[in-house]
Amino acid sequence: MTEAVLTVDNLTKRFGGFTALRNVELHVGPGERLGLIGPNGSGKTTLINCISGALYNDEGTIVFEGRDITRIPPHQRSYLGIARSFQIPKPFRSMTVLENLQVPLEYAARSRAAHRRVIDDAMEVLELIGLKDRANDSSAGLTQVDMRKMELARALAAKPRLLVSDEAMAGLSSSEVDEILEILLALNRRGVAVIMIEHIMRAVMHFSERVVVLDAGQKIAEGTPKEIVHNPDVERAYLGE
Amino acid sequence: MKTSTFWVVVCAIFIGGLVLTELVSNEYYFTALYVILQATIMAIAWNILGGFTGYVNFGSAAFFAVGAYTSIALSKSLGLPLPVLIAAAAVICGLIGLGVGYLTLRLKGVYFAIATLAMAIVLETLVNNWAYAGGARGAYILTPENHLWFKSYIQMIFMVMLLLTLVAVAISRKLNSSRLGRGLAAIRDDEVAAECAGVPTLRLKLISTTLMGALMGVAGAPYPFFVTFVDPASAFNLFIAVNAIAMPMIGGTAHWIGPVIGALLVGSMQEIITVNVSSELNILFVGIMLVLFITLAPQGIVGLWQKYRRRSAS
Repeated sequence: MTEAVLTVDNLTKRFGGFTALRNVELHVGPGERLGLIGPNGSGKTTLINCISGALYNDEGTIVFEGRDITRIPPHQRSYLGIARSFQIPKPFRSMTVLENLQVPLEYAARSRAAHRRVIDDAMEVLELIGLKDRANDSSAGLTQVDMRKMELARALAAKPRLLVSDEAMAGLSSSEVDEILEILLALNRRGVAVIMIEHIMRAVMHFSERVVVLDAGQKIAEGTPKEIVHNPDVERAYLGE
Repeated sequence: MKTSTFWVVVCAIFIGGLVLTELVSNEYYFTALYVILQATIMAIAWNILGGFTGYVNFGSAAFFAVGAYTSIALSKSLGLPLPVLIAAAAVICGLIGLGVGYLTLRLKGVYFAIATLAMAIVLETLVNNWAYAGGARGAYILTPENHLWFKSYIQMIFMVMLLLTLVAVAISRKLNSSRLGRGLAAIRDDEVAAECAGVPTLRLKLISTTLMGALMGVAGAPYPFFVTFVDPASAFNLFIAVNAIAMPMIGGTAHWIGPVIGALLVGSMQEIITVNVSSELNILFVGIMLVLFITLAPQGIVGLWQKYRRRSAS
């Protein structure tokens, strides 16, 4: 895989005596849709915390578009083009939906353009996500699905080249899952590479071009969705012997 | 409030102050107003770190004391005029704010609050043993002879304080609606999410502590000339710290007008109670107000007003 957007090499992360991730390798190509699955506690969220910089890995390197980002803080990674959403939505509760988007636009995307432009850009993102009519509502009062959408909108406002979506669909109804899925596909069509962490297999298998499976902190399988479904190691990890 | 309206109001208040010095000669009123204005600057300063950025702290009043002692030391050694002393206090307290911020901002929540309290005690101990500035005995400052065209020194220092307060309000208001202010609010709401949205959280928090320190220093710099006697026990008084916290809490911490409303309300009530009832009861009054607001209206007066507006709108 030449010219990868993201290359994670030999990554190890320990919490005290517990090894959460051991020698994990991960490649994401430009504009690729990668699914990241694994049983609970397998280290998926830890891995993306390391990629986004919320945690620092103990060993290994992370290279984004040819640049070693292993030791740089999260806000600088966002300047380079990595954005993420959170498993448990973390809205800026004191702000309106629109203001929530202003923050990444003004900081991560470093838009020092006139105030007017920032608002326009934010509205454009909200339009795409389908939250336009809630722009001036308080973000604390959103419904669960709108909260998830805003989480994605905020990640998108950072104008990323790699989006990491951490269980953006957990707890949503079937039709809501389709809505979020449509948003992620639309994003991807704009050339954004997406890593999707998800437990809803229907969504992951439909969305991903390639799937990586983690179990107990190690990568146990990698391949197309079809290959993964029939992989005996994956079956063992999910269902036991 | 529109920017033009804001500046008209600011100018009107300043001119109002000038008119007051012409019309009123009873010095008590200026003394009382000075105390309220000083509390307003401190409430605004505390709110930049405690309200906008969400880092509640108990040590910020120590910067007020450092401001006062900067004044004492520099006027004693170099005989500098008041505007220079105020600027010097702003710079020194800003730098201390930066340093203390760098050391303590890795801490969160209650740990940060305790660390700032510890810092206040360290500074008080240092000043207690600083013989040149009077040490534990305190220092006397003679009121300067020169009071420009004003009838008395208290009138002049009242006008100085009024000007400083208006400047502090303008800074706080500008900060509240700026890119920087949104960054600080993002830190308050969720620091990890802020960092992932590109907010350089450490740098913004340092700007916040520096500004807080500088404004506290500004509030403290004229203090020795106002009271003419300063000792560590009064300058580092915990009651000053409690006031600086209570006023923004009561007014509302998320909006720039909150600490101003809180300081004007609590400050004038305190003044009224001190004169008419007793100076001990006014401490009780602040305590009761604080408890009532934290339990019944955690967003302060501004929060109540916004809730009322939303309800009448829908």
